[in-house]
Amino acid sequence: MSRINNKEPLIRVVKKAEISGFSLAILSVVSIVVAFVAGGIFFSMLGINPLSAYAKIFAGAFKGKIAIIATVKIAVPLLITSLGITLAFKMQFWNIGAEGQIIMGAICASYFALFHSDMPHIPLIITMFAAGIIGGGLWGLIPAFFKCKFNTNETLFTLMLNYIALYLIIYFKEGPWRDPSSGGFPKIATFVENARLDKLLGVHIGWVIALVLVAAVYIYLKYTKQGYEISVVGESKNTARYAGMNVDKIVMRTMFLSGAICGIAGMTQATGAAYTLSDGIAGGVGFTAIIVAWLSRLNAVMCIFVTLLLSVLDKGGSVMQSAFSVPTYVSEVLKGIILFVILGFDFFIQYKVVIRREKKS
Amino acid sequence: MNTLFNFLFASIKAGTPLLFGTTGEIVTEKAGNTNLGVEGMMFMGAFMGFFVACYTDSLVLALLAAFALGVFGALIYAYITVSLRANQVVTGLALTIFGSGLANFFGQLMIANYKAANGGAIPKLSERMSAILSEQPIPLLSQIPVVGKVLFSHNILVYLAVIIAVLCRFYMKRTRFGLDMRAVGENAAAADAAGISVTKVKYINILFGGGICGLGGAYISLIDGGGVWNNNCVSGKGWIAVALVIFAGWKPTMAILGSLIFGAFTVLQFYVSKSVIAIPNAFYTMLPYLITAIVLVVTSMRKSNKVMQPKGCGVNYFRESR
Repeated sequence: MSRINNKEPLIRVVKKAEISGFSLAILSVVSIVVAFVAGGIFFSMLGINPLSAYAKIFAGAFKGKIAIIATVKIAVPLLITSLGITLAFKMQFWNIGAEGQIIMGAICASYFALFHSDMPHIPLIITMFAAGIIGGGLWGLIPAFFKCKFNTNETLFTLMLNYIALYLIIYFKEGPWRDPSSGGFPKIATFVENARLDKLLGVHIGWVIALVLVAAVYIYLKYTKQGYEISVVGESKNTARYAGMNVDKIVMRTMFLSGAICGIAGMTQATGAAYTLSDGIAGGVGFTAIIVAWLSRLNAVMCIFVTLLLSVLDKGGSVMQSAFSVPTYVSEVLKGIILFVILGFDFFIQYKVVIRREKKS
Repeated sequence: MNTLFNFLFASIKAGTPLLFGTTGEIVTEKAGNTNLGVEGMMFMGAFMGFFVACYTDSLVLALLAAFALGVFGALIYAYITVSLRANQVVTGLALTIFGSGLANFFGQLMIANYKAANGGAIPKLSERMSAILSEQPIPLLSQIPVVGKVLFSHNILVYLAVIIAVLCRFYMKRTRFGLDMRAVGENAAAADAAGISVTKVKYINILFGGGICGLGGAYISLIDGGGVWNNNCVSGKGWIAVALVIFAGWKPTMAILGSLIFGAFTVLQFYVSKSVIAIPNAFYTMLPYLITAIVLVVTSMRKSNKVMQPKGCGVNYFRESR
C-alpha cells in the first residue's frame, strides 16, 4: 500500500512580493540590534562586559573635539566612495575597483599639488578637484568599455585595475616623484600649504563635499531621467533595449560617474587628510565602501548612517586597547560579526518562511 | 646559471601559498560561488596553523587545524550566501575583514599571553618543527642534475600544494562529484532539475575550497614567517590568488604554472641586475596583474567557453525564482 506524499514541505521559503517602508525600517532596526547582541556575545567570551565595551567605543568616537574630528575624518572618504559604488551597483555593475579609482583620483590631483602649487589657491583646488574626477572617472570607464564591447567580467577586471593603480603609486614614489630629501626611505614630498584643502569646523572641507554629493546622488538616482535609466538597466538590460535606451552609453556614462566620485574621495584624502601621496592612500576604503553601499540598500541618504556606524567602530575600537587591554584588532572582528549578521538578516526582508498548517478536514 | 636556478627555486617557494589559495578558489568558483574572502580564510588558517604548531609541536595537527579554520570561514560564507542568499561579493569582502581581524586579534592575544607566562619571551616554532619545515632534498630525485635542485629540494608543503592541485583537477574532471559540481556552477537550475542537490554540492565545495585556502595561510605563517607570528602576514596574497584563478583559466593544473609565474614576478627584482634591464621594481610586481587583466579581455573577446568563469558565479540559486 503505497501512499504518494503530495503534502507541501513543513517549512518552505517564499519570496516576498513587496515590503512596506515601515516593516523594512523595523526589520533593519532589528537586524542592527541582533548584530550588536552578537558582537556583545563576542565581548562576553573575552570576559568584557558588552555594555561597557559599547559605551567605551561610543565615548572613544565622540568624547571631545579631537575624537569627533578623527571620526569624521575616517567617515569622509568612506561616505564619498560608497556613493560612487551606489551608482554602479544600482546598475548591477559589480564595480569592486573603487580602491583603484580612489588611487587614480589621488595621483592626478597630486600631480598639480606637487608641480603646479604656485597657482592661486582657489583655481588650484578646483583644478585638483577636476583632476581627481577625470583620473577616477577614466579608471572606471576602462572596465565599462570592455564590458560593453566584449562582455568582459567587470568584477575581476576592476579587481586587477586596483593593483595596477597601486603599483603606479609605488612607481611614482620610488621613481619620478620621489622626494630627494627623503633619504633612504622613498616617499613623495608633503604638499605645500597652498595645495592643501581648506578646513571648516576643524575638518577639511571634504565633509561638505561628501554631504553635497549625498544630495546630488540621491536626486540624480531618484528624480532624473539618467537615474531612471540606471535602474532600468540594472533590472534588465533587455527591457532597457526594448525601451530604446542606448545601454552601452548608459553603462559607460554611469561608470565614469562612479569612478569620478571615487576619484573625488582620493583627491580629498591626498589634499585634505594626508597632505601627500602614499601607497596607503586608499587603505581598503574602496572595499569597505562596497559594504556600506550594500547595507544602505543603495540609498544615498542611508549611506550617511552606515558610514557613521562603521567609522565609530573604527575610531572607538582604537580606545579598546587601553581600556580593556585587548588588541586593537578587536574592532575589526566586531565589524566582521556585525556585517555578517546584517547581511544574513537581509534574508528575512526578501523572503518569508512559511510553515505548513495542518488542515482539519 | 646558478643565479637562474636560485631564481626558479625562489619562484616556486614564493608561488606556493598562491597555489593553495588559487586551488581553493577554483573549487569554490566551479561550484558557482565567487568567494572574495580568500584573503580572510588564508589569514584564519595562518593564525590557526601557527598557534597549533607552536603549542602542540605537531605539523599534522597544525595543518588540520588550519584547514578546519578555513572551513569555518567558508561555512559562514556558505551559510550567508547559499542558505540566506545574500550577495556573494559583499559577503566575501566581509569575510576578508573578519578573517584578517580575527587572525591579527588572536595573534596579538597569543603573544601577550605567552609573554606573560614565559617571562617576556615571544612564541616561536620549536627547533624540531623548524627542521621538519626546512628544505629537504628528496633522496635520489634531488640527485638529478639541474632539475633535482630546482624541483626536488623544497619543504614538504610545496609538494602538498602540488599534490592537492593535481588531485583537485582529477576530482573536477574525472569524478561524479566533480561533474555535479561543474553542473551546479554552470547552471544551477538545470542541475537541480537533473536531481542534483544544489545546496549540498555548493556547501561541500565551498567548505573544501575554504580549507585549502586555510592551508595556504598556514604555509605563510609557518614557512615565510621565520618561526614567529607576524601581524598582517598574508598581506594581499589572497587577492593575488583570486587574480590567479582567472590567469589559470579555472584549471588547478594551470594554477601550478600560474603560481610559478606570479611567484617569479614577485622575486624577479632581486635577480635581475639593474644594468641589464632598467625597469622600475614597481612594474615587475605590477606585471602579473596587468597580464591577468589582458588575459581577461582576450578570453572575453574570443568568447571561449573553456577558459571563462563558470556561468553561475555570483548568482544565488533560488528554486522558485526562474
